[in-house]
Amino acid sequence: MRFYEYEARKIVELAGIPVTEYGFCRTPEEARAAAEKIDGPTVVKSQVLTGGRMKAGGVQFADTPDEAATHAETILGLEINGHMPRGVLVDPKAEVKQEYYAGVVWDGTAKKPLMLFSDMGGIDIEQVAEEHPDHVGRGHISNLDPVFDFQAKQVIARTGVTGSQLTRATPILARLAELFREKDMLLAEINPLAELTDGRFVALDAHMEMEGEAVGRQAKLLREELEIAEDDTRESYEPSDFERRVKEIDASDHRGVIQGKDHNFDGNLGLVIGAGGGSLTLTDAVRSQGGKPANYSEIGGNPSVAKACGLAREVLQKDGVEKIAVMMSIVSNTRVDIVARGVIKACLELGLDPSETIAVFRIPGAWEEEGAKILDYYGVEYYDRSVSLWDAAGRAVEKVQG
Amino acid sequence: MSAEQESIFIGIEIEEPAASDPELARKLEEVCPVSIFEATDSGTEIIASRLDECVLCGLCVEAAPAGAVTIVKKYEG
Ligand code: SF4
Repeated sequence: MRFYEYEARKIVELAGIPVTEYGFCRTPEEARAAAEKIDGPTVVKSQVLTGGRMKAGGVQFADTPDEAATHAETILGLEINGHMPRGVLVDPKAEVKQEYYAGVVWDGTAKKPLMLFSDMGGIDIEQVAEEHPDHVGRGHISNLDPVFDFQAKQVIARTGVTGSQLTRATPILARLAELFREKDMLLAEINPLAELTDGRFVALDAHMEMEGEAVGRQAKLLREELEIAEDDTRESYEPSDFERRVKEIDASDHRGVIQGKDHNFDGNLGLVIGAGGGSLTLTDAVRSQGGKPANYSEIGGNPSVAKACGLAREVLQKDGVEKIAVMMSIVSNTRVDIVARGVIKACLELGLDPSETIAVFRIPGAWEEEGAKILDYYGVEYYDRSVSLWDAAGRAVEKVQG
Repeated sequence: MSAEQESIFIGIEIEEPAASDPELARKLEEVCPVSIFEATDSGTEIIASRLDECVLCGLCVEAAPAGAVTIVKKYEG
Protein backbone atom coordinates (compact mmCIF):
# COMPACT_ATOMS: atom_id res chain seq x y z
CA MET A 1 0.00 0.00 0.00
CA ARG A 2 1.35 3.39 -0.99
CA PHE A 3 1.09 6.63 0.93
CA TYR A 4 0.86 10.25 -0.05
CA GLU A 5 3.78 12.39 1.04
CA TYR A 6 1.73 14.12 3.75
CA GLU A 7 0.84 10.73 5.21
CA ALA A 8 4.41 9.45 4.97
CA ARG A 9 5.49 12.63 6.77
CA LYS A 10 2.97 11.93 9.52
CA ILE A 11 4.24 8.34 9.83
CA VAL A 12 7.83 9.46 10.38
CA GLU A 13 6.62 12.15 12.76
CA LEU A 14 4.73 9.54 14.80
CA ALA A 15 7.94 7.52 14.98
CA GLY A 16 9.66 10.46 16.68
CA ILE A 17 11.64 11.67 13.66
CA PRO A 18 11.81 15.49 13.42
CA VAL A 19 9.96 17.07 10.50
CA THR A 20 9.40 20.67 9.48
CA GLU A 21 6.04 22.24 10.26
CA TYR A 22 3.88 21.32 7.29
CA GLY A 23 0.27 21.72 6.29
CA PHE A 24 -1.84 19.44 4.13
CA CYS A 25 -4.38 21.58 2.28
CA ARG A 26 -7.29 20.87 -0.02
CA THR A 27 -8.03 24.46 -1.05
CA PRO A 28 -6.03 27.62 -1.90
CA GLU A 29 -7.46 29.26 1.25
CA GLU A 30 -6.10 26.46 3.42
CA ALA A 31 -2.75 26.81 1.63
CA ARG A 32 -2.71 30.55 2.40
CA ALA A 33 -3.47 29.86 6.06
CA ALA A 34 -0.73 27.21 6.25
CA ALA A 35 1.79 29.63 4.68
CA GLU A 36 0.77 32.38 7.12
CA LYS A 37 1.38 29.98 9.99
CA ILE A 38 4.81 29.06 8.63
CA ASP A 39 5.55 32.79 8.36
CA GLY A 40 8.27 32.66 5.71
CA PRO A 41 9.01 31.37 2.19
CA THR A 42 7.23 28.09 1.42
CA VAL A 43 7.19 25.27 -1.07
CA VAL A 44 3.82 24.03 -2.33
CA LYS A 45 3.82 20.37 -3.42
CA SER A 46 1.20 18.34 -5.28
CA GLN A 47 0.00 15.26 -3.37
CA VAL A 48 -0.16 12.54 -5.99
CA LEU A 49 0.79 8.87 -5.95
CA THR A 50 3.16 9.18 -8.88
CA GLY A 51 6.63 10.48 -9.63
CA GLY A 52 7.75 13.37 -11.84
CA ARG A 53 6.03 16.13 -9.83
CA MET A 54 8.85 18.62 -10.19
CA LYS A 55 9.05 18.23 -13.99
CA ALA A 56 5.27 18.50 -14.37
CA GLY A 57 5.11 21.74 -12.37
CA GLY A 58 3.65 20.09 -9.28
CA VAL A 59 6.22 21.70 -6.96
CA GLN A 60 6.30 25.52 -6.69
CA PHE A 61 8.07 27.98 -4.40
CA ALA A 62 6.27 30.91 -2.79
CA ASP A 63 7.55 33.95 -0.93
CA THR A 64 4.19 35.09 0.43
CA PRO A 65 0.95 33.44 1.60
CA ASP A 66 -0.86 34.92 -1.43
CA GLU A 67 1.66 33.36 -3.76
CA ALA A 68 1.27 30.03 -1.94
CA ALA A 69 -2.51 30.23 -2.48
CA THR A 70 -2.05 30.99 -6.19
CA HIS A 71 0.35 28.08 -6.64
CA ALA A 72 -2.02 25.80 -4.71
CA GLU A 73 -4.87 26.74 -7.05
CA THR A 74 -2.76 25.87 -10.11
CA ILE A 75 -1.40 22.65 -8.65
CA LEU A 76 -4.81 21.44 -7.43
CA GLY A 77 -6.03 21.51 -11.05
CA LEU A 78 -2.89 19.94 -12.49
CA GLU A 79 -3.03 16.31 -13.63
CA ILE A 80 0.27 14.48 -13.31
CA ASN A 81 0.69 11.18 -15.19
CA GLY A 82 -3.07 10.69 -15.17
CA HIS A 83 -3.41 11.45 -11.43
CA MET A 84 -5.31 14.39 -10.00
CA PRO A 85 -3.83 15.59 -6.70
CA ARG A 86 -5.55 14.83 -3.44
CA GLY A 87 -4.33 18.17 -2.10
CA VAL A 88 -1.13 20.13 -1.64
CA LEU A 89 1.50 20.07 1.04
CA VAL A 90 2.71 23.48 2.18
CA ASP A 91 6.18 23.26 3.65
CA PRO A 92 8.66 25.87 4.85
CA LYS A 93 11.46 26.46 2.37
CA ALA A 94 14.16 25.09 4.59
CA GLU A 95 17.63 26.60 4.99
CA VAL A 96 19.56 23.48 4.11
CA LYS A 97 23.26 23.00 4.79
CA GLN A 98 23.46 19.45 3.45
CA GLU A 99 21.06 16.80 2.14
CA TYR A 100 21.30 13.14 3.15
CA TYR A 101 19.36 10.00 2.33
CA ALA A 102 18.05 7.55 4.96
CA GLY A 103 16.10 4.49 3.96
CA VAL A 104 15.10 0.96 4.85
CA VAL A 105 14.06 -1.52 2.18
CA TRP A 106 13.06 -5.15 2.22
CA ASP A 107 15.91 -7.28 0.90
CA GLY A 108 14.12 -10.23 -0.65
CA THR A 109 17.36 -12.16 -1.21
CA ALA A 110 18.58 -11.89 2.37
CA LYS A 111 14.98 -11.98 3.68
CA LYS A 112 15.81 -9.14 6.06
CA PRO A 113 15.31 -5.37 6.12
CA LEU A 114 18.29 -3.44 4.79
CA MET A 115 19.25 -0.03 6.18
CA LEU A 116 20.68 2.44 3.68
CA PHE A 117 22.29 5.82 4.24
CA SER A 118 23.96 8.28 1.94
CA ASP A 119 25.55 11.67 2.39
CA MET A 120 24.31 12.53 -1.11
CA GLY A 121 20.59 13.08 -0.55
CA GLY A 122 17.98 14.70 -2.73
CA ILE A 123 18.64 12.47 -5.73
CA ASP A 124 17.69 8.87 -6.53
CA ILE A 125 19.52 6.46 -4.26
CA GLU A 126 19.87 4.05 -7.23
CA GLN A 127 21.80 6.74 -9.11
CA VAL A 128 24.06 7.41 -6.12
CA ALA A 129 24.67 3.68 -5.63
CA GLU A 130 25.69 3.35 -9.26
CA GLU A 131 27.78 6.48 -9.66
CA HIS A 132 29.17 6.90 -6.13
CA PRO A 133 29.01 3.49 -4.42
CA ASP A 134 31.37 4.67 -1.64
CA HIS A 135 28.72 7.22 -0.62
CA VAL A 136 26.14 4.56 0.26
CA GLY A 137 26.28 2.68 3.58
CA ARG A 138 24.32 -0.53 4.01
CA GLY A 139 23.50 -2.90 6.85
CA HIS A 140 20.89 -5.56 7.50
CA ILE A 141 18.78 -5.68 10.64
CA SER A 142 17.09 -8.63 12.27
CA ASN A 143 13.43 -9.41 11.62
CA LEU A 144 12.91 -10.05 15.33
CA ASP A 145 15.50 -8.32 17.53
CA PRO A 146 15.24 -4.62 18.35
CA VAL A 147 17.25 -2.18 16.25
CA PHE A 148 20.15 -0.72 18.19
CA ASP A 149 21.58 2.73 17.55
CA PHE A 150 25.06 1.31 17.04
CA GLN A 151 23.82 -0.62 13.99
CA ALA A 152 22.51 2.58 12.41
CA LYS A 153 25.72 4.35 13.39
CA GLN A 154 27.85 1.74 11.59
CA VAL A 155 25.81 2.16 8.40
CA ILE A 156 26.12 5.95 8.47
CA ALA A 157 29.81 5.87 9.35
CA ARG A 158 30.47 3.79 6.23
CA THR A 159 29.75 6.92 4.16
CA GLY A 160 32.43 8.89 5.99
CA VAL A 161 30.00 10.95 8.10
CA THR A 162 31.49 11.74 11.51
CA GLY A 163 31.11 14.05 14.51
CA SER A 164 27.84 15.77 15.39
CA GLN A 165 26.31 14.86 12.01
CA LEU A 166 26.85 11.18 12.82
CA THR A 167 25.42 11.64 16.29
CA ARG A 168 22.31 13.45 15.02
CA ALA A 169 21.60 11.17 12.05
CA THR A 170 21.99 7.93 14.03
CA PRO A 171 18.71 7.94 16.02
CA ILE A 172 16.82 9.00 12.88
CA LEU A 173 17.98 5.99 10.88
CA ALA A 174 17.45 3.68 13.88
CA ARG A 175 13.87 4.97 14.37
CA LEU A 176 13.18 4.63 10.67
CA ALA A 177 14.32 1.00 10.82
CA GLU A 178 12.16 0.37 13.89
CA LEU A 179 9.14 1.94 12.19
CA PHE A 180 9.81 -0.13 9.04
CA ARG A 181 9.45 -3.33 11.06
CA GLU A 182 6.67 -2.27 13.39
CA LYS A 183 4.49 -0.89 10.62
CA ASP A 184 5.14 -3.74 8.16
CA MET A 185 6.70 -1.52 5.51
CA LEU A 186 8.31 -2.68 2.30
CA LEU A 187 9.97 0.68 1.84
CA ALA A 188 10.57 3.57 4.22
CA GLU A 189 12.75 6.38 3.03
CA ILE A 190 13.52 9.96 3.92
CA ASN A 191 14.95 11.83 0.98
CA PRO A 192 16.17 14.38 1.59
CA LEU A 193 17.00 14.13 5.23
CA ALA A 194 18.21 17.68 5.69
CA GLU A 195 20.83 19.14 7.95
CA LEU A 196 19.63 22.70 8.45
CA THR A 197 21.92 25.67 8.82
CA ASP A 198 21.21 25.64 12.58
CA GLY A 199 22.52 22.04 12.77
CA ARG A 200 19.13 20.31 13.22
CA PHE A 201 18.27 17.23 11.13
CA VAL A 202 14.74 17.10 9.70
CA ALA A 203 12.88 14.92 7.22
CA LEU A 204 11.98 17.13 4.26
CA ASP A 205 10.33 14.41 2.20
CA ALA A 206 9.37 10.83 2.99
CA HIS A 207 8.21 7.88 0.96
CA MET A 208 6.53 4.82 2.48
CA GLU A 209 5.08 1.63 1.14
CA MET A 210 3.32 -0.90 3.37
CA GLU A 211 2.97 -4.63 2.72
CA GLY A 212 -0.56 -5.09 1.35
CA GLU A 213 -1.22 -8.11 3.57
CA ALA A 214 -0.54 -6.01 6.67
CA VAL A 215 -3.38 -3.57 6.10
CA GLY A 216 -5.65 -5.40 8.60
CA ARG A 217 -2.93 -5.54 11.25
CA GLN A 218 -2.13 -1.84 10.86
CA ALA A 219 -5.74 -0.67 11.18
CA LYS A 220 -4.90 1.69 14.05
CA LEU A 221 -2.32 3.58 12.02
CA LEU A 222 -4.32 3.57 8.80
CA ARG A 223 -7.82 4.30 10.08
CA GLU A 224 -7.20 6.28 13.28
CA GLU A 225 -3.91 8.11 12.83
CA LEU A 226 -4.00 8.68 9.07
CA GLU A 227 -7.80 8.51 8.62
CA ILE A 228 -7.56 6.46 5.45
CA ALA A 229 -10.93 5.00 4.45
CA GLU A 230 -11.18 1.22 4.06
CA ASP A 231 -12.12 1.43 0.39
CA ASP A 232 -9.15 3.69 -0.38
CA THR A 233 -7.01 0.94 -1.93
CA ARG A 234 -4.24 3.15 -3.35
CA GLU A 235 -3.98 1.19 -6.58
CA SER A 236 -1.92 3.06 -9.17
CA TYR A 237 -4.95 2.90 -11.47
CA GLU A 238 -8.68 2.25 -11.18
CA PRO A 239 -9.13 -1.57 -11.07
CA SER A 240 -11.12 -2.99 -14.00
CA ASP A 241 -14.32 -4.98 -13.53
CA PHE A 242 -12.28 -8.10 -14.32
CA GLU A 243 -9.80 -7.31 -11.57
CA ARG A 244 -12.51 -6.51 -9.08
CA ARG A 245 -14.42 -9.71 -9.78
CA VAL A 246 -11.33 -11.90 -9.54
CA LYS A 247 -10.53 -10.27 -6.21
CA GLU A 248 -14.03 -11.00 -4.95
CA ILE A 249 -13.78 -14.65 -6.02
CA ASP A 250 -10.45 -14.94 -4.22
CA ALA A 251 -11.83 -13.37 -1.05
CA SER A 252 -14.88 -15.62 -0.97
CA ASP A 253 -12.85 -18.78 -0.32
CA HIS A 254 -9.76 -19.19 1.85
CA ARG A 255 -8.33 -22.10 -0.13
CA GLY A 256 -5.57 -21.25 -2.59
CA VAL A 257 -4.87 -17.89 -4.16
CA ILE A 258 -5.92 -16.34 -7.42
CA GLN A 259 -5.10 -12.94 -8.85
CA GLY A 260 -6.01 -11.35 -12.13
CA LYS A 261 -4.79 -8.15 -13.77
CA ASP A 262 -5.66 -6.80 -17.17
CA HIS A 263 -4.36 -3.24 -17.03
CA ASN A 264 -2.71 -2.61 -20.43
CA PHE A 265 -3.56 -6.12 -21.69
CA ASP A 266 -5.89 -6.50 -24.64
CA GLY A 267 -4.78 -9.69 -26.39
CA ASN A 268 -6.64 -12.79 -27.50
CA LEU A 269 -4.90 -15.40 -25.35
CA GLY A 270 -6.31 -15.64 -21.84
CA LEU A 271 -3.84 -16.80 -19.21
CA VAL A 272 -4.59 -18.98 -16.20
CA ILE A 273 -1.05 -19.31 -14.96
CA GLY A 274 1.06 -19.27 -11.85
CA ALA A 275 2.78 -21.17 -9.07
CA GLY A 276 6.35 -20.80 -7.94
CA GLY A 277 6.87 -17.48 -9.69
CA GLY A 278 5.67 -18.95 -12.98
CA SER A 279 3.32 -16.12 -13.90
CA LEU A 280 5.91 -13.54 -14.93
CA THR A 281 8.02 -16.12 -16.74
CA LEU A 282 5.03 -17.45 -18.63
CA THR A 283 3.67 -14.03 -19.56
CA ASP A 284 7.13 -13.14 -20.91
CA ALA A 285 7.36 -16.47 -22.75
CA VAL A 286 4.01 -15.80 -24.46
CA ARG A 287 4.97 -12.24 -25.41
CA SER A 288 8.47 -13.13 -26.58
CA GLN A 289 6.99 -15.64 -29.01
CA GLY A 290 4.62 -13.13 -30.56
CA GLY A 291 1.57 -13.93 -28.43
CA LYS A 292 -0.84 -11.33 -27.09
CA PRO A 293 -1.92 -12.07 -23.53
CA ALA A 294 -5.38 -10.89 -22.57
CA ASN A 295 -4.44 -10.71 -18.92
CA TYR A 296 -1.91 -11.54 -16.25
CA SER A 297 -2.92 -13.99 -13.56
CA GLU A 298 -1.69 -16.00 -10.65
CA ILE A 299 -3.15 -19.22 -9.38
CA GLY A 300 -1.63 -21.48 -6.78
CA GLY A 301 -1.68 -22.85 -3.27
CA ASN A 302 -4.35 -25.43 -4.06
CA PRO A 303 -7.46 -23.42 -4.77
CA SER A 304 -10.89 -25.01 -4.72
CA VAL A 305 -12.50 -26.13 -7.96
CA ALA A 306 -14.89 -23.18 -7.65
CA LYS A 307 -12.00 -20.73 -7.37
CA ALA A 308 -10.11 -22.14 -10.38
CA CYS A 309 -13.39 -22.16 -12.28
CA GLY A 310 -14.13 -18.58 -11.25
CA LEU A 311 -10.78 -17.30 -12.53
CA ALA A 312 -11.07 -19.23 -15.79
CA ARG A 313 -14.64 -17.96 -16.31
CA GLU A 314 -13.56 -14.37 -15.84
CA VAL A 315 -10.63 -14.78 -18.24
CA LEU A 316 -12.81 -16.51 -20.84
CA GLN A 317 -15.40 -13.75 -20.68
CA LYS A 318 -12.92 -10.96 -21.36
CA ASP A 319 -13.43 -9.15 -24.64
CA GLY A 320 -11.30 -10.55 -27.45
CA VAL A 321 -10.28 -13.79 -25.71
CA GLU A 322 -10.22 -16.66 -28.19
CA LYS A 323 -8.46 -19.34 -26.19
CA ILE A 324 -6.91 -19.78 -22.77
CA ALA A 325 -3.60 -21.29 -21.79
CA VAL A 326 -3.43 -23.00 -18.42
CA MET A 327 0.19 -23.27 -17.38
CA MET A 328 2.21 -23.48 -14.21
CA SER A 329 5.81 -23.59 -13.15
CA ILE A 330 7.71 -26.81 -12.57
CA VAL A 331 7.64 -26.39 -8.80
CA SER A 332 3.87 -26.29 -8.52
CA ASN A 333 2.33 -28.16 -5.60
CA THR A 334 -1.14 -27.30 -6.77
CA ARG A 335 -3.31 -30.27 -7.64
CA VAL A 336 -3.51 -30.74 -11.36
CA ASP A 337 -6.88 -32.52 -11.26
CA ILE A 338 -8.53 -29.76 -9.24
CA VAL A 339 -7.36 -27.02 -11.63
CA ALA A 340 -8.35 -29.19 -14.61
CA ARG A 341 -11.83 -29.59 -13.17
CA GLY A 342 -12.06 -25.85 -12.57
CA VAL A 343 -11.09 -24.70 -16.05
CA ILE A 344 -13.09 -27.40 -17.83
CA LYS A 345 -16.12 -26.54 -15.72
CA ALA A 346 -15.72 -22.88 -16.71
CA CYS A 347 -15.70 -23.84 -20.40
CA LEU A 348 -18.75 -26.07 -20.06
CA GLU A 349 -20.72 -23.51 -18.04
CA LEU A 350 -20.08 -20.96 -20.79
CA GLY A 351 -21.11 -23.41 -23.49
CA LEU A 352 -17.56 -23.75 -24.84
CA ASP A 353 -15.79 -26.92 -25.94
CA PRO A 354 -12.79 -27.44 -23.61
CA SER A 355 -10.76 -29.15 -26.33
CA GLU A 356 -11.12 -26.10 -28.56
CA THR A 357 -10.97 -23.43 -25.89
CA ILE A 358 -8.00 -24.58 -23.81
CA ALA A 359 -5.01 -24.06 -26.10
CA VAL A 360 -2.65 -25.93 -23.81
CA PHE A 361 -2.68 -27.24 -20.28
CA ARG A 362 0.72 -27.59 -18.66
CA ILE A 363 0.65 -28.16 -14.97
CA PRO A 364 3.29 -30.40 -13.55
CA GLY A 365 2.30 -30.97 -9.96
CA ALA A 366 0.43 -33.09 -7.50
CA TRP A 367 -2.12 -35.60 -8.77
CA GLU A 368 -0.82 -35.41 -12.33
CA GLU A 369 -2.24 -38.79 -13.33
CA GLU A 370 -5.71 -37.89 -12.16
CA GLY A 371 -5.47 -34.60 -14.00
CA ALA A 372 -4.39 -36.40 -17.18
CA LYS A 373 -7.46 -38.63 -17.00
CA ILE A 374 -9.76 -35.59 -16.90
CA LEU A 375 -7.88 -33.81 -19.70
CA ASP A 376 -7.90 -36.96 -21.85
CA TYR A 377 -11.62 -37.37 -21.30
CA TYR A 378 -12.32 -33.84 -22.55
CA GLY A 379 -9.73 -33.98 -25.35
CA VAL A 380 -7.57 -31.16 -23.97
CA GLU A 381 -3.94 -30.91 -25.19
CA TYR A 382 -1.73 -31.18 -22.13
CA TYR A 383 1.93 -31.36 -21.23
CA ASP A 384 3.89 -32.57 -18.27
CA ARG A 385 7.22 -31.32 -16.89
CA SER A 386 9.18 -32.78 -19.81
CA VAL A 387 7.90 -29.85 -21.91
CA SER A 388 9.45 -26.51 -20.93
CA LEU A 389 7.47 -23.42 -20.00
CA TRP A 390 8.85 -21.77 -23.14
CA ASP A 391 7.68 -24.60 -25.41
CA ALA A 392 4.24 -24.80 -23.80
CA ALA A 393 3.80 -21.03 -24.17
CA GLY A 394 4.97 -21.26 -27.79
CA ARG A 395 2.44 -23.97 -28.52
CA ALA A 396 -0.35 -21.85 -27.01
CA VAL A 397 0.66 -18.89 -29.19
CA GLU A 398 0.77 -21.12 -32.25
CA LYS A 399 -2.72 -22.43 -31.58
CA VAL A 400 -4.35 -19.09 -30.88
CA GLN A 401 -2.79 -17.59 -33.99
CA GLY A 402 -4.20 -20.48 -36.03
CA MET B 1 -29.01 -43.26 -2.91
CA SER B 2 -26.92 -41.24 -5.34
CA ALA B 3 -26.34 -37.62 -6.15
CA GLU B 4 -24.90 -37.13 -9.58
CA GLN B 5 -27.11 -34.34 -10.81
CA GLU B 6 -25.49 -30.85 -10.95
CA SER B 7 -21.98 -32.30 -10.84
CA ILE B 8 -19.68 -32.73 -13.80
CA PHE B 9 -16.82 -34.77 -12.48
CA ILE B 10 -17.78 -36.58 -9.31
CA GLY B 11 -20.74 -38.64 -8.16
CA ILE B 12 -21.25 -40.30 -4.78
CA GLU B 13 -23.41 -43.31 -4.08
CA ILE B 14 -24.47 -44.45 -0.63
CA GLU B 15 -26.13 -47.83 -0.31
CA GLU B 16 -29.10 -48.48 1.96
CA PRO B 17 -29.38 -48.97 4.90
CA ALA B 18 -26.22 -46.88 5.43
CA ALA B 19 -27.77 -43.88 3.66
CA SER B 20 -30.57 -43.71 6.25
CA ASP B 21 -28.33 -44.20 9.28
CA PRO B 22 -28.26 -40.91 11.28
CA GLU B 23 -25.13 -42.05 13.12
CA LEU B 24 -23.20 -42.57 9.86
CA ALA B 25 -24.60 -39.31 8.53
CA ARG B 26 -22.99 -37.43 11.43
CA LYS B 27 -19.68 -39.20 10.79
CA LEU B 28 -19.72 -38.37 7.09
CA GLU B 29 -20.54 -34.74 7.80
CA GLU B 30 -17.60 -34.62 10.21
CA VAL B 31 -14.96 -36.30 8.04
CA CYS B 32 -15.54 -34.69 4.67
CA PRO B 33 -13.08 -31.75 4.32
CA VAL B 34 -15.18 -30.05 1.67
CA SER B 35 -18.62 -30.37 3.33
CA ILE B 36 -20.32 -32.57 0.79
CA PHE B 37 -22.49 -34.41 3.37
CA GLU B 38 -25.18 -33.05 5.62
CA ALA B 39 -26.62 -35.07 8.49
CA THR B 40 -30.42 -35.01 8.72
CA ASP B 41 -32.89 -36.95 10.86
CA SER B 42 -33.49 -39.31 8.00
CA GLY B 43 -29.83 -39.97 7.25
CA THR B 44 -27.24 -38.48 4.89
CA GLU B 45 -28.01 -35.75 2.43
CA ILE B 46 -25.50 -35.16 -0.35
CA ILE B 47 -25.06 -31.54 -1.35
CA ALA B 48 -24.97 -32.01 -5.09
CA SER B 49 -23.65 -28.52 -5.83
CA ARG B 50 -20.48 -29.32 -3.85
CA LEU B 51 -19.72 -32.70 -5.38
CA ASP B 52 -17.14 -31.38 -7.83
CA GLU B 53 -15.13 -30.06 -4.88
CA CYS B 54 -14.43 -33.62 -3.71
CA VAL B 55 -10.68 -34.00 -3.16
CA LEU B 56 -10.82 -37.78 -3.41
CA CYS B 57 -9.39 -38.20 0.10
CA GLY B 58 -11.43 -41.37 0.70
CA LEU B 59 -12.30 -40.49 4.29
CA CYS B 60 -16.02 -41.00 3.67
CA VAL B 61 -15.36 -44.44 2.21
CA GLU B 62 -13.29 -45.38 5.28
CA ALA B 63 -15.85 -44.00 7.70
CA ALA B 64 -18.69 -46.10 6.28
CA PRO B 65 -19.18 -49.87 6.37
CA ALA B 66 -17.26 -51.60 3.57
CA GLY B 67 -18.82 -50.95 0.18
CA ALA B 68 -21.51 -48.57 1.49
CA VAL B 69 -20.05 -45.39 -0.02
CA THR B 70 -18.72 -45.28 -3.57
CA ILE B 71 -17.04 -42.35 -5.28
CA VAL B 72 -17.76 -42.22 -8.98
CA LYS B 73 -15.31 -40.43 -11.25
CA LYS B 74 -17.45 -39.53 -14.20
CA TYR B 75 -14.44 -38.90 -16.42
CA GLU B 76 -13.43 -42.51 -16.14
CA GLY B 77 -16.62 -43.89 -17.51
S1 SF4 C 1 -13.60 -38.53 -0.79
FE1 SF4 C 1 -13.14 -37.00 0.78
S2 SF4 C 1 -13.71 -35.07 -0.17
FE2 SF4 C 1 -14.66 -36.66 -1.38
S3 SF4 C 1 -16.68 -36.86 -0.50
FE3 SF4 C 1 -15.40 -38.37 0.52
S4 SF4 C 1 -14.68 -37.32 2.34
FE4 SF4 C 1 -15.50 -35.72 0.99
